[in-house]
Amino acid sequence: MKLRTLFITPAAALMLATLAVPLLIICVYSFLTRGAYGGVEQPFTLENYSRLLDPLYGAIFVRSFWIAGVAAVLCLVLGFPLALFITRSGTRKNLYLSLVILPFWTSFLIRTYAWMFLLRDTGLINTVLQVLRIIHEPLPMLYNNGAVILGLVYGFLPFTVLPLYATLERLDKSLLEAAADLGSKPWDTLFRVTIPLCAPGIRAAAILVFVPCLGTYLTSDLLGGSKTILIGNLVQNQFTSARDWSFGAAASLALMAVAMILLFAARGRGEELL
Amino acid sequence: MDAILELRQLSKRYPAHHAVRDISLAVQRGEFFSLVGPSGCGKTTTLRLVAGFETPTAGGVWLNGDRIDHLPPYRRNVNTVFQNYALFPHLTVRGNVEFGLRRTRTPNVEDVATRVRKVIEQVRLTGKESRKPSDLSGGERQRVALARSLVLAPDVLLLDEPLSALDPQLRKQVRSELKDLQRRVGVTFLFVTHDQEEALSLSDRLAVMNAGVLEQVGTPQEIYQRPRTRFVASFLGSMNWIDDIGVRPEAIRVSHSAPPGVASRCGTVTRSTFLGSSVQAEVQLESGDRVLAQMPVDGNIFAEGELVHIFWNSLDELRVP
Repeated sequence: MKLRTLFITPAAALMLATLAVPLLIICVYSFLTRGAYGGVEQPFTLENYSRLLDPLYGAIFVRSFWIAGVAAVLCLVLGFPLALFITRSGTRKNLYLSLVILPFWTSFLIRTYAWMFLLRDTGLINTVLQVLRIIHEPLPMLYNNGAVILGLVYGFLPFTVLPLYATLERLDKSLLEAAADLGSKPWDTLFRVTIPLCAPGIRAAAILVFVPCLGTYLTSDLLGGSKTILIGNLVQNQFTSARDWSFGAAASLALMAVAMILLFAARGRGEELL
Repeated sequence: MDAILELRQLSKRYPAHHAVRDISLAVQRGEFFSLVGPSGCGKTTTLRLVAGFETPTAGGVWLNGDRIDHLPPYRRNVNTVFQNYALFPHLTVRGNVEFGLRRTRTPNVEDVATRVRKVIEQVRLTGKESRKPSDLSGGERQRVALARSLVLAPDVLLLDEPLSALDPQLRKQVRSELKDLQRRVGVTFLFVTHDQEEALSLSDRLAVMNAGVLEQVGTPQEIYQRPRTRFVASFLGSMNWIDDIGVRPEAIRVSHSAPPGVASRCGTVTRSTFLGSSVQAEVQLESGDRVLAQMPVDGNIFAEGELVHIFWNSLDELRVP
């Protein structure tokens, strides 16, 4: 066996066993009938997919894409200036980059709980505002779409900053000098040179946030409460309390299909997906 | 005297080194002026101080009588041709050439189109307006960089080693084209190079820099024939130093017998090279010094190891402090 084949074998085997095989199983499940106590049984049916056409599930799909889209855009809007700032920080670059990834040292679950303590009616923010007599009733900050988006943006911001930083760092500085030399003011240079040249990196950063946000269930479960059900929560429910594995499988495959169609439609001309 | 660009006591000091030390010079309107020196001598920093990418530690820059060293690059009417050309890869040839014109407050669409067409014609890129820089040859890219700057009608065009990215064959051809272009459009050129041949053949006047200091300013003939320092004498062309007297290789004569009536030195030929239009011989004198002589081909050809006499006309001697 060639050395390079040998080198990729462990990773390829792992991917095959934990991604391709389960995906195949999910695919088969989605065409089967639910079992009485969980699991699946014969006969084969398309009923799981036709159920997804119910407006109830349509609303969940639309909400999921909407929330993931808003989260991705906000991550870019916040992450791009931050990445630009880090690129131009000279010797403090590494310090700032470490700060960006510092939150990863704490579990995402704990950090999400921390947001709950901040946002809830008896939480820190509401208490302080009430003590200062700025408000009299607690602000409803938890268990709504806004809280979910906040949690997602907070959690995924580092995933946009890092690829954007890498893209900006690679940008040929003489192009920025050339723009200034030709009479372009800093804002003009940003929109005419920097952003167009970073477009592939910006697109990659957006996808890196959008796709995991689509399938999220932890953030929406904790910060969204029962009012903000996303596809991730729907799928999770089918495999746990609802005991409808075949419908859960169909829902998760439908999510994948729609996401992939959208990403293909959004990719630039002559470009790869990422 | 009509100086378009003036540097007065210009200095640039970095924490680690002193890149430019107290430089004063004046570039005349319409002149092809070169800054020449070895790499790291401060010539590119000087250019960047004029362009506005660096701010001087001391001294100032005057353009058309106005002080400009406090202005950002986009407020200075000078434009740069970068060493790597720095063409915008996401824009076509036309997009690159239009870029500066479109940055003005109210670009007149017709005027932009006319000026772009004219300058693209001047640099012979007509028909290639829709190509991207990646689809152009090195020479074509260089012409886009020139066109992009010239279309803005700068007071001074700054060129940072614009020929160094080209292969040697192309370089000589582009060199003469560059000179023609400068004559045709009449723009003042401030040209930075480390290539002494380029500087001598292109410039109306040139300044030789070394270690951040301006060593000498003058026409190519003045500097070549009357170098003021040993550095200038050795940097522009080659120079033999015989007892502190400088003699150019082309002024050295070699013969088998001692010539009557002139002072001569004895030595051994250590190397003899046929260069096509001339012959070069390296002679080791009894003092141990090596002397290079460049002679026309019709003379004698000397073999290595031969004992010879070298001599020169005293008018060709250069006494440099």
